[in-house]
Amino acid sequence: MQVLYGRHHVRVFRFSLRLVKNESIAEDLISEVFLDVWRQAGKFEGRSTVSTWLLAITRFKALSALRKRKDAELDDEAAAAIEDTSDNPEVAVTKKDTSHALRNCLTALSPEHREIVDLVYYHEKSVEEVAEIVGIPENTVKTRLFYARKKLAELLKAAGVERGWP
Amino acid sequence: MTPASKQTVDREPTELEALLPFHAAGTLNLRDARRVDEALASDPELARQYAVIQDEYAETILLNESLGAPSARAMQKLFAAIDAEPARKASFNPVMKAAGFFSSLSPRTLAFAGVTAAVLVLLQAGVIGTVLVKDRKGEGFQTAAFPVQSKAGTFGLLRFAPDAKADEIAQLLNNYNASIVSGPKAGMFRVQFGDKALSKQEAEQLLTRLQAEKIVSLAVAAE
Repeated sequence: MQVLYGRHHVRVFRFSLRLVKNESIAEDLISEVFLDVWRQAGKFEGRSTVSTWLLAITRFKALSALRKRKDAELDDEAAAAIEDTSDNPEVAVTKKDTSHALRNCLTALSPEHREIVDLVYYHEKSVEEVAEIVGIPENTVKTRLFYARKKLAELLKAAGVERGWP
Repeated sequence: MTPASKQTVDREPTELEALLPFHAAGTLNLRDARRVDEALASDPELARQYAVIQDEYAETILLNESLGAPSARAMQKLFAAIDAEPARKASFNPVMKAAGFFSSLSPRTLAFAGVTAAVLVLLQAGVIGTVLVKDRKGEGFQTAAFPVQSKAGTFGLLRFAPDAKADEIAQLLNNYNASIVSGPKAGMFRVQFGDKALSKQEAEQLLTRLQAEKIVSLAVAAE
């Protein structure tokens, strides 16, 4: 268990942190995810990779944690997040820091778009694996990522960053 | 949202366009990767979009890496919870162990490791070949695995059934305290049983038992 934890806990933490945007909750989620793995280890049949299995459990728990929070609290946080991120790219652009602006806009994406971007780019999951983790058809994975990228381009454009696409 | 941006968002991606991010991350199968490569070489618009995707890919990695790691609290909490769990077998699913290791590697790392392993195997084969050739010039034939064999013990020649699996053979050798000394020659392996010579009668009994094994098609005595 220690080996498994050592290999995967950082990625599990980062994936959940990107979803819940709260370090304390993300840390709690790690324990919950690996405890579930400990309990269900015998059920793992190797049809998917361990990391795909872990990310699917993490996603489920992160969304459950988000649902547990009050709607008002969520609205406030969402508003704060949007406000922050729309400001930050502008500041970044004034500093001519396009890459910083891009990172801020990546943070400003909706949870649905954030998770798909992270799964494909950071966790290097294939179309099939993302479909399994998120529980959507493979074609939806491709189109959702495309729209996430469009949204990212819009956010950057609003912040004054033109990248030549779309 | 402006009409122009709405139009952009509403447009469905082409098949190859939708594959570009996966190509950047190296997660496409060989066939799709080749198709995308060919399209990128002939379509400047697609190539421009791919350059943008590569920026997104790099920044997403930097963003995630900047998130740091969890504190030790998470681990302490987990292992305290595991300790509090009802007693259970500590054994882990072996499929999970192996899968865990390989899944911890990125596709690129895996590909690199594969190439490295192949090179190492070739190097090893070269070294073994050199040693064998050198040894043949000198003291005669010796296997790389068993350079020095004890002359004590009882020897036999075994032919395994064509459908015998490697783990079954290993298990059989283990059960008989045996090891393969050389072979195959004409489909037969020279096998040493233990390190003490058996009487003729004991050796015959041993070979009879071996002959009765499902994965052994022939067992005869050898000098």
